[in-house]
Amino acid sequence: MVEPDAALLKRTPLHAAHVRRGARMVGFGGWEMPVQYAGIVEEHRTVRSAVGCFDVSHMGEFEFHGPDAGRALQRLTTNDVAALEVGQVQYSLLCYEDGGIVDDLTLYRLADDRYMMTVNAANIDKDWAWVTAHLDGRVEARNASAETGLIAVQGPNAEGLVGRLADRDVTTIGYYRFVRGRVAGVAATVSRTGYTGEDGFELYLPAADTERAWEALLGEGERGGVVPVGLGARDTLRLEMKYALYGNDIDQTTNPIEAGLAWVVKLAKGDFTGRAAIERVKVEGPRRRLVGFEMVDRAVPRHGYRLLRGGSEVGHVTSGSYGPSVDRYIGVGYVATALAEVGTEIDVEVRGQPQKARVVKTPFHPPKVKR
Amino acid sequence: MATYPAELKYTREHEWARAEGKRARVGITDYAQDQLGDVVFVELPKVGTRVSQMQPFGVVESVKAVSDLYAPLSGEVVEVNESLAQRPEQVNQDPYGAGWMIVIALADEKELGGLMSAADYEAFIQTAGGH
Repeated sequence: MVEPDAALLKRTPLHAAHVRRGARMVGFGGWEMPVQYAGIVEEHRTVRSAVGCFDVSHMGEFEFHGPDAGRALQRLTTNDVAALEVGQVQYSLLCYEDGGIVDDLTLYRLADDRYMMTVNAANIDKDWAWVTAHLDGRVEARNASAETGLIAVQGPNAEGLVGRLADRDVTTIGYYRFVRGRVAGVAATVSRTGYTGEDGFELYLPAADTERAWEALLGEGERGGVVPVGLGARDTLRLEMKYALYGNDIDQTTNPIEAGLAWVVKLAKGDFTGRAAIERVKVEGPRRRLVGFEMVDRAVPRHGYRLLRGGSEVGHVTSGSYGPSVDRYIGVGYVATALAEVGTEIDVEVRGQPQKARVVKTPFHPPKVKR
Repeated sequence: MATYPAELKYTREHEWARAEGKRARVGITDYAQDQLGDVVFVELPKVGTRVSQMQPFGVVESVKAVSDLYAPLSGEVVEVNESLAQRPEQVNQDPYGAGWMIVIALADEKELGGLMSAADYEAFIQTAGGH
């Protein structure tokens, strides 16, 4: 696939701030984003030991409003929207009729009849076309992506940092809950969610004010050791938690059951797009499963590498890297269900050579999210 | 601030070579380690392997990238930096010192003359090499 040249890449409200800080910028899903500042390994470790700030403004936000908004979303997504309270967030999926995944997302209930859906940056256009084609009833949808900035603040010191700049008491915000308030004077939705496995927040801000909040966070956090963090460390952090990355671990060809996401599929809630196909897989049992593995031989597993057993192909790596907090080479990939048990020995084919690996329990690193 | 020690020779593939009698110690330059990012794995040949000038002799991997290593000189590998297995980050921290990769017993010392000086390498990076 040909990458668009840099002139055609979209920019977040923080682009100039990243360049000012000397970030290494790369193209990602049609956006010019910082892959690293000080270095991926150092940024990763700082998030787990102190706090880091991530620009994730490239992600998409859709708002749904109307008396039938909840009903429409219930038919579109796999998780139970009826169970979502105002002020609560849920992780969920959009699926195709055949059970393949359109995208993974978080869904916010802003009011009785108002919701916000956060989607992956690379899928904004696809997801918008999908949801608007499938909405019915008294519901209006709005693509608010371009006017919304998003900063993730993650790490054990995140609560202290955001708390010092917020006009609300953030210590009382529970996991997967949110409040509206101001951070550094900027109107914000403060959500206790994240993609790192650490405690922290995601701050939804007006695009025009995002840079002000970013500079305030990095300035205020300086004595607490805050650092800006790029997409490189975002990827190693989520890999250690075995959080799915759309395009790597899940996509149109994968169903939620084999991907280990049955927990966000609530078959009992009623009908939704993909329900019949997903139920079939659940009843029959998936033919393959997404597992975590660690290398036994010294080698780096990477996306696309084959998984072998006794020389025969039994699956493929969907994500892999060095995990800076676990100090091991780790990966996730699909294997035939019979080989999915923890302890199973498999080989990762690296540059034509089988390198020993072993299926392990995940997450690779213990989560420290607020409980 | 990137450094290019004057006593070393350099290649277009961003390797350096330090002449040590009839041998040469080899690694990758400060520019290369900076471009790669955090090195997490280095694959090196066994002692006794024959290498040929400009042919790949190993692989250096960062979090995001996999890169071939090209022999700046021909000969036989007589030493390998085994400490890079446990501590690959030495390539980033000290590319000309603790981050050395192999020592080659030279097949043809005249090949050294064909490599770039520090000044030439620095000029090369400013113009063509900056990718």
